[in-house]
Amino acid sequence: MRSSGPTPALVIRPQAGWSSLGLAELWRQRELVGFLALRDLKVRYKQSALGVGWALLQPLLTLGMFTALFSVLLGRDRLPSAPGVPYSVSTLCALVPWQLFARGVTAGGESLVASQGLITKVYFPRLAVPLAPVAAALVDFALALALLVPLLAWHGIGAGPALLLLPLFALQAFAAAFGAALWLSALNALYRDVRHALPSLVQLWMFATPILYSAGHLLEGRPAWLAALYGANPMAGAVEGFRLCLLGAAPPAAELLAASALATLGLVASGLLVFRRLESAIVDRV
Amino acid sequence: MAQEPAIRVAALGKRYRLGEERPLRRVLERLRGRAGEPEFWALREVGFEIARGEALGIVGCNGAGKSTLLKILARITAPTAGRAEIRGRVGSLLEVGTGFHPELSGRDNVFLNGAILGLRRAEVRARFDAIADFAGVGRFLDTPVKRYSSGMRMRLAFSVAAHLEPEILIVDEVLAVGDAEFQSRCLGKMNEVAGRGRTLLFVSHNLAALKALCTRGLWLDAGRVRAAGPVAEVVDAYLAANRERAQVPLAARRDRAGSGALRFTGLELRAGAAPRAGCAPATALPLAIALRYAAAGEAPLKGVRVAVLVLDALGGRVLATDTRLVNADFAELPRAGELVCEIPELPLAAGRYQLNVWATVAGDVADHVEDAAPLAVEEGDPFGTGRTTQAEKHGACVARHAWRLAAELDPEPSA
Repeated sequence: MRSSGPTPALVIRPQAGWSSLGLAELWRQRELVGFLALRDLKVRYKQSALGVGWALLQPLLTLGMFTALFSVLLGRDRLPSAPGVPYSVSTLCALVPWQLFARGVTAGGESLVASQGLITKVYFPRLAVPLAPVAAALVDFALALALLVPLLAWHGIGAGPALLLLPLFALQAFAAAFGAALWLSALNALYRDVRHALPSLVQLWMFATPILYSAGHLLEGRPAWLAALYGANPMAGAVEGFRLCLLGAAPPAAELLAASALATLGLVASGLLVFRRLESAIVDRV
Repeated sequence: MAQEPAIRVAALGKRYRLGEERPLRRVLERLRGRAGEPEFWALREVGFEIARGEALGIVGCNGAGKSTLLKILARITAPTAGRAEIRGRVGSLLEVGTGFHPELSGRDNVFLNGAILGLRRAEVRARFDAIADFAGVGRFLDTPVKRYSSGMRMRLAFSVAAHLEPEILIVDEVLAVGDAEFQSRCLGKMNEVAGRGRTLLFVSHNLAALKALCTRGLWLDAGRVRAAGPVAEVVDAYLAANRERAQVPLAARRDRAGSGALRFTGLELRAGAAPRAGCAPATALPLAIALRYAAAGEAPLKGVRVAVLVLDALGGRVLATDTRLVNADFAELPRAGELVCEIPELPLAAGRYQLNVWATVAGDVADHVEDAAPLAVEEGDPFGTGRTTQAEKHGACVARHAWRLAAELDPEPSA
């Protein structure tokens, strides 16, 4: 409606192979992503007494469970924390970005199926569907991060200049969640098996990521190629990056960080391609 | 410069796969490079053009491909073959109320719906009052939509879509639902759209509305274009074809009694007030029973009495229409013709019935066909309350009625 003069024609034709990703269109309707994310948040915390408090409580519950478990199994003084910091702080630093990822992947993976009533009835950039729940997870993430600050101060852990890198690692966690959500939501729309596999996948992913332990513990004395291989997990770099920035922990192996950043890029790029490729089939078969 | 058409469609096709969903088999077959399932073309080689400012009405039976065509033009689904060119911003209203979230307030939903349909926040804000006014839900804007009546929800959704001010508006059968007053307001709004040089694509079984609203017609039949042209011509051709199809052929029936001086050759049920093709008989809706007949002899028929008897599923008699009952025996009838019995308000609850037809000529039974046609009555709104009646539960008959407290009595009458 903002247009005047000759309108360029929109051509609709069969989707052949790999067409453009539609990112420009997504950007034009970015407000939609905000509205969808806001809807997710409003609906999620409606009729719950603690409301947004759950965003803080959930990482604490996970932390409590594993601290208790490892204390019994390994003994209180042999907990696998990052060097020089209490296990609770080390783990919480990792759980905060992990929650962003886990929430984003879980809700994002279900997103296309959950909004099938919408996508089969009205056109809008489909990318907004898996993106919105990941964006909504950012709000919980921000709250949890705010909880970390007084905790760190209480333990006398001051932030160094590395803190400036934190947004980068947050972006990595966000991108990893979005990339995985793209893959999983598209596949879930076609094969509901994904829905059943999703909880196990997220759990497995959690153990493959240095959350309940630090990467240093795992990789100590092992060759560099193993660090790179371990870093093929996009979240490994993000989580270790958080520890680096927030705790001033010794920098993780450069191989790990580089591999992890590359893996994140690859996950997002391949996710976009797969999503675009399956898009037309999704609406007909979801 | 000749203006480019708003929509140009050429050789458009859409194929769906039929058959059960068996993902594993599908994966295996893809790997082996074989397509296993049978296919079905919902649209095939469809082509047409609409000039800017024109309103195209699309008619066709259920499954003719109307909705598929609209879905492709609205970019919801991609075609399998052919192409379509669209010039102008498209607003589509394929199902009213999609995108509403029950937990969110009316206000939130208006903004969400606006964003889904492609409006910016500022644009929605600028139109917000007009949207709320048209929908008439002012007091409830901050109430969750789950507490809205279905009518309110629909009014709000239509209002958002109507205020998009698209250059091309695609509307699919929104008028099938909603009360008469709202329907006419929707039609008015669409008329406004069509009148302002915008292009309208409209699918409806309400052929009267379609004729009034559209300038051109397109008739889809089994996925192909059967006719295209001025709307009146297309609709009339479609109706005529439908009439033939809906005829229950009685001429071939052998299981009949009577002298044969007159034989019924066809029966057709026409439901609804307007000529609505595909409209099923429903409780409290008008129903016309059309009977075609032919005489055996050369002479016109004299003294003809005709009756149609409605029986329930068990064969019990429910209702009779009879020319004798209404003093309407035909003194003389031409050798062949069509008789119509009109029931202004069908007093039957939803259920399955059957019809017997019967005629006498000069007092002798000329034709009698039992179970001449089935009559399936769908749920209507006989009391204007939205509550329906089903034959199994409420009995076959429906009667308007009223309840009131006639007198207050002493709860403990003294002995």
